[in-house]
This record gives sequence, structure tokens and C-alpha cells, in this order.
Amino acid sequence: MNDHAAHAHDDAHDVPFLEDGKGWKSWLFTLDHKRIGVMYLWSVLIAFAAGGVFALLLRLELMAPGKQYIEADTYNRFFTLHGAIMVFLFIIPAIPSAMGNFVLPLMLGAKDVAFPRLNLLSFWIYGVGSIMALSSIVFGGVETGWTFYTPYSTNTSGAVVMMTLSVFVLGFSSILTGLNFIVTIHKMRAPGMSFFRMPLFVWATYATSILQVMATPVLGITLLLLVAERTLGIGIFDPALGGDPVLYQHFFWFYSHPAVYIMILPGMGVISEIITVFSRKTIFGYRAIAYSSLGIAIISFLVWGHHMFLSGQSAYAGMVFSFLTFLVAIPSAIKVFNWTATLYKGSISFDAPMMWTLSFMVLFTIGGLTGLFLGALGVDVHLHDTYFVVAHFHYVMMGGTVIAFYAGLHYWWPKMFGVMYREGPAKFSAIIVFIGFNATFFTQFVLGTRGMPRRYYNYLDQYQPLHQFSTFGSWIIGLGFIVMTVNLLASFKQKVKAPANPWGARTLEWSIPSPPITHNFHKTPVVTEGPYDFPVEGQAASGAEGKHA
Amino acid sequence: MNTGIVRRQHAHHFATADQEFSASKLGMWLFLVTEVLLFGGLFVGYAYGKSVYPEMWHEASKHLDWKLGALNTLFLITSSFTMVMAVNAAQRNKAGEMNGKMVGYLIATIALAGCFLVVKYFEYSHKFHDGMLPGIYYTYSGVQNANAHYFFGLYFLMTGLHGFHVVVGMILLGWVLVRATKGHFYSEYYTPVEVGGLYWHLVDLIWIYLFPLLYLVG
Repeated sequence: MNDHAAHAHDDAHDVPFLEDGKGWKSWLFTLDHKRIGVMYLWSVLIAFAAGGVFALLLRLELMAPGKQYIEADTYNRFFTLHGAIMVFLFIIPAIPSAMGNFVLPLMLGAKDVAFPRLNLLSFWIYGVGSIMALSSIVFGGVETGWTFYTPYSTNTSGAVVMMTLSVFVLGFSSILTGLNFIVTIHKMRAPGMSFFRMPLFVWATYATSILQVMATPVLGITLLLLVAERTLGIGIFDPALGGDPVLYQHFFWFYSHPAVYIMILPGMGVISEIITVFSRKTIFGYRAIAYSSLGIAIISFLVWGHHMFLSGQSAYAGMVFSFLTFLVAIPSAIKVFNWTATLYKGSISFDAPMMWTLSFMVLFTIGGLTGLFLGALGVDVHLHDTYFVVAHFHYVMMGGTVIAFYAGLHYWWPKMFGVMYREGPAKFSAIIVFIGFNATFFTQFVLGTRGMPRRYYNYLDQYQPLHQFSTFGSWIIGLGFIVMTVNLLASFKQKVKAPANPWGARTLEWSIPSPPITHNFHKTPVVTEGPYDFPVEGQAASGAEGKHA
Repeated sequence: MNTGIVRRQHAHHFATADQEFSASKLGMWLFLVTEVLLFGGLFVGYAYGKSVYPEMWHEASKHLDWKLGALNTLFLITSSFTMVMAVNAAQRNKAGEMNGKMVGYLIATIALAGCFLVVKYFEYSHKFHDGMLPGIYYTYSGVQNANAHYFFGLYFLMTGLHGFHVVVGMILLGWVLVRATKGHFYSEYYTPVEVGGLYWHLVDLIWIYLFPLLYLVG
């Protein structure tokens, strides 16, 4: 460590990172993890808006049976775009790449991620992949759904090759980010920051990164095989040529089931942070939550077959996968119970991040429990490929990850941009989204149990009232997000300066000014206590500032 | 950095050069994990084909030239050896000097990789000529069993993806070579030689699996 002094601080970098350099070049060629995080943030927010518009258009078409305003083929392209954009352009990079990039090094007390150039490369690859994905609209669209199942994806016309290659490219971005984070967590922790003093968001990101590194390459090769199948007809997925389409499903879900945990785990990390800060209480079961992230990461590799109960998989394999699916519910439940126990006797404050978090707890629990219905072999025969699956998936992905993402956005917004938003509209938008979400998707549980198949353009008259109700709900969600967006953007105009630690949190990112300086810390912090050691009532607050102290 | 020789240089966000070295190594190991999983998909495709069509697999694999495969195995194993020697030379090098041994071993490694590709070129062009092409382009009539195109489809995908990695490795080691000639690597700093070597060993290792699976086991 004696050569530490040789790296004396460059005073030019002691300005807030947002002001360190002007113009688009200072952003596009930056190596600062915070700027890369902010670029990711705007990118994924735009992707969310685009995917959301497609969702609203789909719901509008489903207002009544038969054609409303688009043809069946267009409908198929729309739901593929909605799924592909939301999954690959938004949810997967949202929390790890946008928020992880920003706060992970800060939480560890590091100056940057381990490989800043690789980090920037990852963002560029994300940009290229996103443009490729969107360009598939121009090249004839894709109507396979985001799962690209063979044999339809190998026979249908349209821009399947472009879309799958874009997902291949986006996968690289995901792998590089995951790799970077694992190395950062292992090698860049500040002195005293042992593994069990790391904030739980870091643990969750760590588990996510392992999944990104270990699952994404399999998707990569699967998509390459799909491209080879379409262009060369190698036959690996085509029964007429000696292959097996179920093999594609195995390959695809070997990635994509861990991928849903790539999507939800970082969300759980965000929730762990917020719930303890706004309960003013040390998190209950720190180690249980930390280990359960790893538990989820491991078991999630072993459950992919539950997507194929009805695809001609052997009954024995079905039973094993069903059992393992029940098993993966345990670590998720451990988290929910520990969060609830954290709330117990906490001094809870209902600020905007907490409102989103409580919304998450309700919606994620419903989403998780309905997943067990689908994991049960007998029940799945009835519910397979119905709206029940759609509703379950949205409860977990939107009610879970998306809501957690916005909880995190409200939590770290002051840190990222150095400004406070208005509390009233922020809370209001959380409530509206919660109401609209349940109106939209709880209805779909009912539709599913009554037999409405997913991805259908047309339906029987008996389903119309529920479909209509669901569409009204989607408008309420839209309204909620508009209120939220306007409120957040207005904070740039109001310029209410954010204090360093507006929430009274104890993790390291709140120990430095908002927004942080380019090099994060004037002096590398030395960590002497856990991330959630809130002062016990009656004792003097040791260093905690902010309105709660 | 204007003094020419800087002991233990490292990027500013690392506290020490050791930290940077071990971070780079861990990063490369993780990348190698992703490579193994990338090829893993193809190995599963191989296992599927071999279990469903064992006779065809056996017949089709006879049409690969095991002698050329063995020659290529020799090339790659030797190149792994020269790579190790290059890393070793870097570890013993003094600061600021170009090390002839290191440069020589790096050139040998790249040249052996080139030999591998030349042999692969002859193998490929022979198969193209006979119509042993992947998928729908397969026209060869020498294998009587059905679905022989499946074997050759996988053969080209597996060796093609591996060949691509050989090319990437040559570019990577070429960059290491250029820096080595400028005397950038010495006992205290040789991270690119080390991680470039790690990558190269994996390329070699994958071939060590491909060769028996495709040419011998059949």
C-alpha cells in the first residue's frame, strides 16, 4: 500500500461527476462508472417507454373480440416487440447495468469498477444490440414471441436473424457487465469491507452476475444455432432433418430460466436496502438474505424443465423439475419473511421509495405464489399457455422487478442527480401504478383459469368483460408512470438540492456528496461496521445525518 | 510516466499493482468460463446426435482425416508450451528491456497457430470439394446412413467456432508481441502476457476435446 501516496489526487477531478466534462463526447467516451450508469439509465428508461407503448397498443386491440385496429400479423409483431424490448433491452440491464454501475463501486468504497474500459465497451455493445433489435421492425418484423421457439422461428418470414443476432450481441453486454461486477466485488472492496459487511444489494448483484456469466453464453450459442438453422439448415432443431425442436426449448430455458432470476435478484437487492433504511432498523437475517441470493442463483440453473411439462419431456423429468421448482421458492420466501421481520417494530416512514417497496412486497408475493401453481404438474396441464402464465410472469417481472427498479430510482435519484423530487406526486404515482397493475393483471389470472390462451389475437365473447377491464387497468398504469416521469423530470427544474444523505442510510454511497465527485472518495474509506448498523433508540446517532436522525 | 521506467505501474482506480494483476486474472478466468459454456451448447448438440444416430455418427466420423487432426493437435499443444515459455521469460525479464526469448516464444506461438489454420484450410477445402457441407448444402454420397448432414453441420460449427477463436488468439497475441518488442513487459508487470496465455490455453484445451470427439471416438 505504500505506493498509494504516489497517486495523489488530481484536483481537476474533485468536481461533481455530472460537471466533470461537457458535451456528448465527455459522456460517450467516459470511463466513469457513474456516467456509464446514467447513460444506461436513460437508455433503459427509453426502452421501457417503447415496450410500454407496445403493451398499451396490445391491450387496446384486445378491448373486444376480432379486429379492432390492427391485423393479426401486426398483433404478433407487437407482442414480440413488447416482450423482446422489455426483457432484453429493459429488465435485464435495468437494475444491474444502470443502478449497479452507479452504486456498486460506491457501496464497496471503490474508485471505479475493476475494468472501466470493458464497462464502456459493454454500454456500446448494448447500444449496437438495441439498434439491431429495433431495426428488425424495418426488416419485416418478428412474430415469434420473445422465446423464438422452433420450428416456427426457422420457417417464418421476417427479421428473425436480425432479432436473434441482436439478442446475441446484447448478451455480450450482459456478460461483460456481470464479469466486471464479480471481479469488482472480489478485488475492489475498501479496507475492512469484508463479504459480510457488504450491503445486500451487492450480494444480490453478485448472485446476478454469476448467473449472467454462466447462463448467457448458452443463450448465445442457442441463438447462433438458430441462425445456422435458418441460413444453413443444419437440422439440429428440425425433426425433418434429424433434429429435435424440444432441444431448442431446453437450450433456450437453460438460459432463460436463470435469466428471470437475473431480472428479479437485483430487484430483491434494492428492496433489501430500502426496507431497512425506511424501517430505521438493522435488516433481519442479513446472512439468510445474502445466502438466499446465492441459493436462488444455484437452484435456478436446475429448474428450466418446468417450461416443458407439456412439450413431450419424460414424466420422470417433469417430476424432478417440479420438485426443484418448489425448492427454488424457499430462498425467495426466506427473503420475503426477513423483509417482513425487518418491518416488525421498525420505525417505518412512508417516503416514496418505501411506497414502491411495499407495493413490491405485495405484488411479488402474489407473483411468487402463483408460480408454484404453475410448477405443480397437474395444475400446469390446465394453466399452461394461458393468461394465468402471463399474469404470473407480469406479477413477478413487473410487480417485482419493475416496481423495485422504480423504488431504487426514487431512492438513488438524489444521489445520482443531486436534486430532490416532490414527495407527494411520487407517492401518488406509486399508488396509481399499484391499483392499475392489479386491475390489469389480477384480471388475467381469472382469464387464465377460465381458459383464455396467451398470445391469441381473437377470443370468445365470454372473455370480453375481463379483457376490457384489463385494458382499462393498463391505462391506469400508463397514467401512473406519466405522473412519475413528469415528477422526476420536474426535479431538474425545481433544483432542490439533495443533501448527502437524505434518507439517513448507512451504506457508503450516502457518506459522500450528492452527486459524488468523479473519483468517488477523497480518501479510501475504512469500514469498521456493518451496512445497516442504525443507532439504537436512546443512544446518540453516530454520524447518521438526515431528517430521521 | 516520462522517466521511461516506472516500477509497478497500475491504473489509478486500483490501490496496488498486485490488485490489478489479480483482478485481471480473475476477469480472464471468468471469461474462460463463458467460453466453456458457449461451446457447451455445441457439445450437447453433439451428445444428442451421437446418442440418436450412433451408426451414422460412426460412419461419418471416418470421413474426417485423423492424421491431419493429430498433426493439428501437435501444433496446438506445442503452441501452449511456447506460450508458457513466453510467460516464463516475461517473469524473468528486467524492466525496460526487450527480451529476445519472450519475443521468440511469442512468434513461435503465433506461427504454430498459423500452421493449425493452414491444415484446417486444407481439411475444409477438401470437404467443400466433396460436398460434405453443413445442412441443406450437403451433397456427399459417401455416407450411406441418413442425417449425415447433421454430423457435418456440427463438425463445421464446432471447428469453425474454434477456428474463429484461434484467429482471435493470434490477433491478441500479436498485440502482446508488439508490446513485448517495445519492452513493456518485465518481472513486475506482465499481465497481458499472462491473461493472453490463459486465453490461448483454453483455445488449445477446447481442441483437445474436439479432436477425439470428432475424429477418434466417432
